[in-house]
Amino acid sequence: MKETGSKYSKVIPAVTRRRFVRDLGLTAGVAAGFAALGLLSYSTAPVRKTEEVVRRLKDFRVEPSGLLPELVVVRGTRVEPMVRESLARLGGIERFVKKGDKVLLKPNVGWDRQPEQAANTNPEVVGAVARLCREAGAGAVWVTDVSLNDPQRCFTRSGIRAAAQEAGAEVLLAGDDDFWQTDMQGELLKLWPVSRFFHLADKVINLPVVKHHSLSGCTLAMKNWYGLLGGRRNQLHQDIHTSIVDLAAAMRPTLTLMDATRVLKRSGPTGGSLDDVSVENTLIAGLDEVAIDAYSLQFLDLAAESVPFLALAEQRGLGKVDWRAIRVVESQVS
Amino acid sequence: MIPKRLRTIRQIYAAFFVALFLGLLLLTNYADLKGFETSLFLELDPLTALAAFLTSGTFYKGLLWSLLIIVPTLFLGRFFCSWVCPLGILNQFTSWLFSRRQPSEDYEDNQYRPVYRLKYYILGALLVLALFGSLQVGLLDPIALMVRSFTASVLPAANQAGADVYLSQPVFHGGALIAGILVGIVLANRFMPRFFCRVLCPLGALLGLLSRRAPLRIQRDVDKCIDCNKCLKGCQGGCDPHKELRLSECHLCMNCIEDCPTQALHFGLPRERSSVHQPLDLSRRRLLETLVATAALFPMLRSSVSAETNPAPGVIRPPGSLPEEEFLGRCIKCAACMKVCPTNVLQPALLEGGIEGLWTPILKNQLGYCEQNCVLCGQVCPTGAIRSVSVQEKIGAPPFDKPIKLGTAFYDHGRCLPWAMHTECIVCEEMCPTSPKAIWYKTVTIQGRDGRGVELKQPYVEPRLCIGCGICENKCPVEDLAAIRVSSVGETRSESNQMILER
Repeated sequence: MKETGSKYSKVIPAVTRRRFVRDLGLTAGVAAGFAALGLLSYSTAPVRKTEEVVRRLKDFRVEPSGLLPELVVVRGTRVEPMVRESLARLGGIERFVKKGDKVLLKPNVGWDRQPEQAANTNPEVVGAVARLCREAGAGAVWVTDVSLNDPQRCFTRSGIRAAAQEAGAEVLLAGDDDFWQTDMQGELLKLWPVSRFFHLADKVINLPVVKHHSLSGCTLAMKNWYGLLGGRRNQLHQDIHTSIVDLAAAMRPTLTLMDATRVLKRSGPTGGSLDDVSVENTLIAGLDEVAIDAYSLQFLDLAAESVPFLALAEQRGLGKVDWRAIRVVESQVS
Repeated sequence: MIPKRLRTIRQIYAAFFVALFLGLLLLTNYADLKGFETSLFLELDPLTALAAFLTSGTFYKGLLWSLLIIVPTLFLGRFFCSWVCPLGILNQFTSWLFSRRQPSEDYEDNQYRPVYRLKYYILGALLVLALFGSLQVGLLDPIALMVRSFTASVLPAANQAGADVYLSQPVFHGGALIAGILVGIVLANRFMPRFFCRVLCPLGALLGLLSRRAPLRIQRDVDKCIDCNKCLKGCQGGCDPHKELRLSECHLCMNCIEDCPTQALHFGLPRERSSVHQPLDLSRRRLLETLVATAALFPMLRSSVSAETNPAPGVIRPPGSLPEEEFLGRCIKCAACMKVCPTNVLQPALLEGGIEGLWTPILKNQLGYCEQNCVLCGQVCPTGAIRSVSVQEKIGAPPFDKPIKLGTAFYDHGRCLPWAMHTECIVCEEMCPTSPKAIWYKTVTIQGRDGRGVELKQPYVEPRLCIGCGICENKCPVEDLAAIRVSSVGETRSESNQMILER
């Protein structure tokens, strides 16, 4: 033990030339690293932006036929045979669904309502179409929508989850990460987030329901494509007619089957009271959404002139407002 | 080696109860439109039952389950804390993780300290507040704290990290505060094992009081004991098994029995040479001071402005909620309603409802809205602060003649697109779920800036039909501050917070 000096007596060893050069080199290396990082990352923009992948929706249509009817109206009370009759008249489900196809069904499942309230597509229609697709050998049948109320509740209360599962279809609900940026190429709609299931499907079948709507007058087949979108779609009301036509132009389905079994005549699109529901026992199927929409106006006592999106859609070449001018077949199923 | 099994049995119980807690919380699956027995854990909690009894004089429904804990505690002691309580088990596990693994330090860490008395004073203060009608036990009650922390931070964080818990990521006002408290409680174990359980937990204190006369105890044979202190190595309660055991602190973790090299310890009735036990270490004077201080605090709390003294427009309570004063007397801030809410509209209040209302549920319509046919929050509420109402009662279907109203929607004409900006919209009208719709419109032609007429639909609210669900506010395209907003006036639960003469 030393007698004098500090008790903390550990001293630095002598600095050798080799050690000094090594330490200096290491420090210089760290300094150069900082400089390189600074120069490589230099930018006049405050935030680094990565290029976003932008997709476009496929065209899901099948080849038109010169002989088969373009619009099929089926009346009856039993949904399953009515659906089968509509498809048979249109040339059979095989015309639309090939073996192994991933088929996406898009019913209107906007609201937490029961089937009788007619705010959503009749679950029996969804089930029957799903079954037909399975019979045609579809690889997968998906049912999806971007609901306005809580999606879990909407799919359960509408009966569509149960009907789909019973028919061997899968319900897909879009979560936060399930939207892909999509170029809608519309007049009004440019880039919008679209539920990715529509990008993944091989065939898309539109299953809308006839309902009253205060702003657009009605919600039918073309307006059903609101259900593609995430994002701030509540802004679309500011020019609802152009929005509807933009959507219908971007999304060309394989087939459309309109549910007019029950029609919500007032207080749409939410409804809630059975007093506003009229039982019409009708299905309208076809490839021309404009014609189907125009035909469906009669259930709401509307004239085509009072629904501007129809004429706009015809101008864009999406279909014919005058459904009488195309090949129509009407049929009754007992 | 019979004793070895005791610890294993306890660990199996602990694992089972943690799994049950998590399972019940996750089972709250609104896809099936029902809440299951998610509130079971909260109902087992004797502190909730006792405090809610003090505030309102009833044991509500499932709170009778707490007898399953109370009665065995009277005979066995505080088994709940290390066998059942999810927060206790979390603290035990993290204390073990953080343990310095130097036996001598463990011995020191696990000795009794006078600071452990604090929890009895906390319990006293909370019960006095409850007696005056203010239910604040949920701030520190471990079950309420766990449900709240998991709802507002742990499960959302798990979802954020990729576990598929929710379809859409939920967010909570002040969720970081709730998370920070849980993290603080867990980290405190690094400095004092089971800090929360030993020092703060009012439920532990209550169970400690109940176990004072328990006939079955940890007993120490004074002849066999060699004073090696090894029993302190894993002691959870810090109850001094090496000398005169402090019964009210003992969790029956059974670690001491297994760590004893001479088999001097056993659990059961005393034998011939069993040591005496220490009574509850509580200064009557301090306890009295605490109770008096709390009694003095209460009128001060009540003299501050709250939603009850002065209806607050932003204090919109879930459907079926009791009137504000009774609501605050029954809500334990457990956030079970927020876990089950499908739209994320139910949020833990910060100071909107006064200091007393911290973490009670309020509707923030910017984040969600009240789903018209959903009554899950009342189904899971363990204390009946939110009554369990049927869908018929909520929507006013027969035999009920009026729906439950949460508040009333008002237009802000300066922000509404058709009113202020000559732009079509009425998204609010589209969304309005009542039939007939509470939102209606007039079609008007207004002269635009260029002198030409613009035809617009300008919306109005019919207050007698509006249920205050807030979907109009939630879906309004004016994102930051909606052009239609719900305030609490007209809420069914309040006699005074009204505006229309003929309701």
